[in-house]
Amino acid sequence: MRRFVALYRRLDRSTATSDKRAALVDYFRTAPPADAAWALWLLAGGKIGGAGARIAGSGELLAWIGEVANLPAWLVEECRAHVGDLAETLSLLLDDPAAHDDTPLHVWIEDRLLAVAGQDAAARRELVTGAWAVLDSEQRLVFNKLLTGSLRVGVSQRLVQQALAELGGIDIALIAQRMLGAWQPGPGFLAQLLSPQQTAADRAQPYPFFLASPLEAPAGTLGDIGDWLLEWKWDGIRLQLIRRGAEIALWSRGEERLDGRFPEIEAAARQLPHGCVIDGELLAWPAEAAQPLPFTALQTRIQRRKPGPKVLAQAPARVLAYDLLECEGEDWRARPLHQRRDALQQILAACADPRLQLSPAVAAADWSQAAALRDSARERGVEGLMLKRRSSPYQAGRRRGAWWKWKLDPLSVDAVLLYAQSGSGRRSTLYTDYTFGLWRDDALVPVAKAYSGLSDAEILELDRWIRAHTTERYGPVRAVQPLQVFELGFEVVNRSSRHKSGIAVRFPRVLRWRRDKTAAEADRLETLQALAR
Amino acid sequence: MPADADDLVIATPAGLYCPAGDFHVDPWQPVARAVITHGHGDHARPGMGCYYTSAAGLPILQWRLGAQDYRAFDYGEPFALGRTRVSLHPAGHVLGSAQVRIECGGTVWVVSGDYKRQPDPTCAPFAPQSCDVFVTEATFALPVYRWPETAAVARDIVAWREECAARGEAAVLFCYALGKAQRLLAELRAHTDQPALLHGAIAAGVEVYRAAGVELLPTGTVAEQAPRGGGYAGALVLAPPSAAGSPWMRRFRRVQTAFASGWMQVRGNRRRRHVERGFVVSDHADWPALLQSIEQSRARRIIVTHGAGDALVRLLGERGLAAGTFDTRFGSED
Ligand SMILES: [Zn+2]
Ligand SMILES: [Zn+2]
Repeated sequence: MRRFVALYRRLDRSTATSDKRAALVDYFRTAPPADAAWALWLLAGGKIGGAGARIAGSGELLAWIGEVANLPAWLVEECRAHVGDLAETLSLLLDDPAAHDDTPLHVWIEDRLLAVAGQDAAARRELVTGAWAVLDSEQRLVFNKLLTGSLRVGVSQRLVQQALAELGGIDIALIAQRMLGAWQPGPGFLAQLLSPQQTAADRAQPYPFFLASPLEAPAGTLGDIGDWLLEWKWDGIRLQLIRRGAEIALWSRGEERLDGRFPEIEAAARQLPHGCVIDGELLAWPAEAAQPLPFTALQTRIQRRKPGPKVLAQAPARVLAYDLLECEGEDWRARPLHQRRDALQQILAACADPRLQLSPAVAAADWSQAAALRDSARERGVEGLMLKRRSSPYQAGRRRGAWWKWKLDPLSVDAVLLYAQSGSGRRSTLYTDYTFGLWRDDALVPVAKAYSGLSDAEILELDRWIRAHTTERYGPVRAVQPLQVFELGFEVVNRSSRHKSGIAVRFPRVLRWRRDKTAAEADRLETLQALAR
Repeated sequence: MPADADDLVIATPAGLYCPAGDFHVDPWQPVARAVITHGHGDHARPGMGCYYTSAAGLPILQWRLGAQDYRAFDYGEPFALGRTRVSLHPAGHVLGSAQVRIECGGTVWVVSGDYKRQPDPTCAPFAPQSCDVFVTEATFALPVYRWPETAAVARDIVAWREECAARGEAAVLFCYALGKAQRLLAELRAHTDQPALLHGAIAAGVEVYRAAGVELLPTGTVAEQAPRGGGYAGALVLAPPSAAGSPWMRRFRRVQTAFASGWMQVRGNRRRRHVERGFVVSDHADWPALLQSIEQSRARRIIVTHGAGDALVRLLGERGLAAGTFDTRFGSED
């Protein structure tokens, strides 16, 4: 584990991206493949163990460290509150052993951690406390982060891919494509990842999605509107529909295969020509309806692996196609958008299935007309407009400049902070995940969780306030005195029978801290219900 | 903590006060007689009628407070104040730092001032005193604070400077001007010959230590103008924390910064300081050293100062000791 800990330290210390990339290249060049594969897994955000195979919960870790370090539970908790991060706290409470441990990373993970995952507490405790006894403080920090699943070092997926591309002398796009979806960390995967040749596994892989950035500048600054393709921003599930040989695969943007969940789409895709990959939006949309159903309707479909006829009839799915990434087996992503879209239009026309439609271009003579159309988005059941430069290639990830999302200003309410939970990564030491409530009669009903929107200074201040005004703790969650009011923004509000409040909000975020308001002045639930559709 | 009528030290608005001897220890308001534990600004303030200090600490007070009415005593040399017999004993914190032992009618109180238990080549080591009541500092009073061996940290600092040199950067190490800077210079002697450069605010204190015969790494000063050519590439520069983010830093075109302090033990503190590196070197007692010193004092009653000792007080209480707190205005700098 020594080499990986050194990488962690180097990444943690460096601020310049070029230094981080050099550290990654050095590591992957010299690390044995069995270790490097796990390092890649961890850097890509992978966890060790998981829901069904747990190694240690935070409660167990806190109890075990108290026993090993001979400290009362309240003092361990005091330390955690002071340090913030659980993994770091655990590593600081012990002294370093006299001897060095040189066990390789993959042995720690495969033969030790995974070997006890899901076993009884005694076996897991023995392994974890045994590791604490032989690892030095830096190793313990990394080891504990493997247990708490919070190993983040400010390295983006793209940076890791750049390093691997540099190392293997292959295109970053190919690396990115091969890392999509589920994979097993092991020397085999690493070899396939760095293989300069096309491999069999490449055939069912989607391309990395190109994501639009939010438009912050006035649309007028984008220049001639004629250079831009305008489309509605649909509120569904972004997906890639892959038709290669006999293979049909649906991939969500969350890099999950949706196979079996949307049989009507798979059936429609059989009519597509071979060697064709389409980027589009999955929506629940009955044939006769003028608008798609709200997102909640689609949610009922995602959960069902084999939907019955009733579900299929209630929320029939449709794909609005945006883009053509592969045509006749050839990668078309470098071609300009207008060319890809023309070919897409022809393919869909030939296919002539209502479940696969072209996402229509929105016509606007100038930017002010476009703005007026955007303002009509809510009644059309869409989130706003997409602006895509007609000459743009299909890039990977969120790259600014060629694709913008121009969303409606959010709906907003003033809500009261009810619960807080600590965040992850950079914010693991702080309470940054908030639950907010609105008034129903004289009680506050939770309506939304939000993670972002406050400045760093406000987050620190609120964190201190939360610690000082906790009324109860449920594991990592703290209930606080209902005193602080925040303005929350939402993209969409839907009715929902699955939520206690009777409504579900989409994309909630904190717009600002309303220090000028008392909790009594916060909005009532009815206000939000009136905005729901 | 509630005072007994015969307590030798009580907390008053002016500072810790000994009624039987009619003197204060490290007061924060002007008083007639002040026994001073050491020269840090939060313990040694101007405006006192008379200053009682250790002989080793006298040059430091003279540097910080100028000409005053000083009475200097060797460590262990008793002197009478009112009905009490007072003596000063090494605290191992900085040059001349002292614990104040107060004896009256068979009862002994010790006020520790700031102290540490790690070896420090720049000052006399902490000498445990048996007492009935131990008034202890508690700056780092949580079990997460356990100091690494200083020699290992000194090697890390040298390696960091070499790393900066290879990248054409200056290595600016922030540290307190009294005590920490000199301790680093003394510790680094074993690991490098290369002189360190000093910020003006640090140079004066370094001369006080040298004049007292403490052996330090050779030093130069940071000139007003950057030297020709490579600037300060590869130089180790010691500067006070107040220089961070100041215009003074502009002379270093390419630079990495670090902070040497016990607070660097916790990564969140390092991030809040906005430094590239944190080196864990402290002039205060860590958690094990606090417990060790409390035990060695054999005191039946413990009173903590410095405002961060709640957990320590609770733990001592659970272990059956009478433990309480004095509200003080001593800072948490390290
Ligand atoms: Zn001090
Ligand atoms: Zn102090």
